[in-house]
Amino acid sequence: MSERSLRGRVAVAGVGETQYYRHGQAPEPEFVLCLKAILAACADAGLDPTDIDGFASYSNDRNDPPTLATALGVKELRFSNMQWGGGGGGGAGAVANAAAAVATGLADCVVVYRALAQGQFGRFGQGPRAPTLSGDLALTVPYGQMSPAQWYAPKVTRFMHEHDVGQAALRAIALASYHHAQSNPRAVMYGRPLTEAAYDASRWITEPFHLYDCCQENDGAAALIVVSAARARDLKQTPAYVLAAAIGAGFRVHSTPAGFATPDLASSHFQTLAPRLYAMAGVGPADVDVVQCYENFTGGVLMSLVEHGFFAPDEAMDFLTLENLIAPCGKLPLNTSGGNLAECYMHGLELQIEAVRQLRGQSTAQVPDVNVSLAAAGPMVTPVSTVLFGSEATL
Amino acid sequence: MSAYLPPGLPIPVPERNGLSAPYWEGLRQGVLKVQRNPRTGLYQWPPQWIAYDDQGFELDWVEVAPRGRIYSWTRVWHPVHPALEDACPYIVVVVELPHAGNVRMLGNLLGDPRQSVRIGADVEAVFEHHPDAEPPYSLAQWRVVHAS
Repeated sequence: MSERSLRGRVAVAGVGETQYYRHGQAPEPEFVLCLKAILAACADAGLDPTDIDGFASYSNDRNDPPTLATALGVKELRFSNMQWGGGGGGGAGAVANAAAAVATGLADCVVVYRALAQGQFGRFGQGPRAPTLSGDLALTVPYGQMSPAQWYAPKVTRFMHEHDVGQAALRAIALASYHHAQSNPRAVMYGRPLTEAAYDASRWITEPFHLYDCCQENDGAAALIVVSAARARDLKQTPAYVLAAAIGAGFRVHSTPAGFATPDLASSHFQTLAPRLYAMAGVGPADVDVVQCYENFTGGVLMSLVEHGFFAPDEAMDFLTLENLIAPCGKLPLNTSGGNLAECYMHGLELQIEAVRQLRGQSTAQVPDVNVSLAAAGPMVTPVSTVLFGSEATL
Repeated sequence: MSAYLPPGLPIPVPERNGLSAPYWEGLRQGVLKVQRNPRTGLYQWPPQWIAYDDQGFELDWVEVAPRGRIYSWTRVWHPVHPALEDACPYIVVVVELPHAGNVRMLGNLLGDPRQSVRIGADVEAVFEHHPDAEPPYSLAQWRVVHAS
């Protein structure tokens, strides 16, 4: 193992979340949700919240570390971190930053958190209302291209065109999330199964995305606690060791509004990251037992799975079937909590938590004998990020 | 021509620092301009202060032929702005300009919004002027060029 590696040095020792709500339905302020998720993660780990000494988040979370630290009575603040750029693509990046801080001695106990009460602030899926716009937004919004679904759709259309991928591949990804949500009482879509017929009959949002290809928007908060591997072994839960983490994007991947200009348009932007990730972990795609893959839109998952090496682009139609994607016995169980589509759009942090629960044997759609658990954040934004978690046996 | 989308969307204006002003001025005159590195011939889009190939700050604005081919597209059915409530569906195309280093631009595809869209189809720009807007502006829209 190279000295410049995270492999086996740190672990997630605690995870927690508030109740998840439809957007606008949280009964408490976003900041309170954030505090409660952090306390839940501490309780899960068996840690005193005042022993937290670092905070890491992403996507310009509104709840800043100094305010959280003072509110919680944290004794000493050592690490105050925001993953810059990429929105939800920073979910694994925030875990990576927390892990790097702990591995290098900057901090001992870092909480990764995300809180979203969209009803209290504003939604992602609405176009800008300003009377005038400049810069990259001026190149898309006047043409009616102004929401994430609209910005990313041409990337997926191009990929589907190049590799002859049909709508059924996207449908299988949506069905897998909804299937798993039916066994997860936390899931906002618990008790609301999705059928092939209902998917097919659902309205277009923007081609090639039907309604069910698009993530929810929700209220709630989630948190996880990163500590050293040695400390994690002394805590309540089975440690989920960080085998590797990677952040990034390739050549000239433009931020979202100018994404149309990105040379490799038909991409989720994990190509350069995945080889680094597997090299640090010392494992390959065939070793991965279960995958949590950020679904802003199903088409991004399609490309993410390809770029993480699970199948070749031209195999997508054969690989992406509901049978292959569901726990416990599918070839590659995917988004086993229901993910952004059907558990909760906690901006993908719920996916990181689910990757940990799979390693602990605590998922509501448990895959047997999980040793390597992958959680990807992003797709189609820049930078994206991925974490590979491993069991004690993988170290 | 009338506008492809209804009025009420945000109006594009150059940045206060003027980075993209030559582009917007060009559109008002019915001319399509992009940046080019005078030292290497590299075409660059969208506008930037520095050339990404040699990191020089001097960039030219050059006129390019207002034609290209469809690289990708989407048809929007769900409006996310009040001005678009009755405007769906509409088509957004990503257009590649092969004669300008394959830079890509974005616009609407004129014609029947339910038409089938073919990736690779040749298109030409149609300048859509909004002289009565405050401030006035123009957009570059696209229409399919049928082989004669």
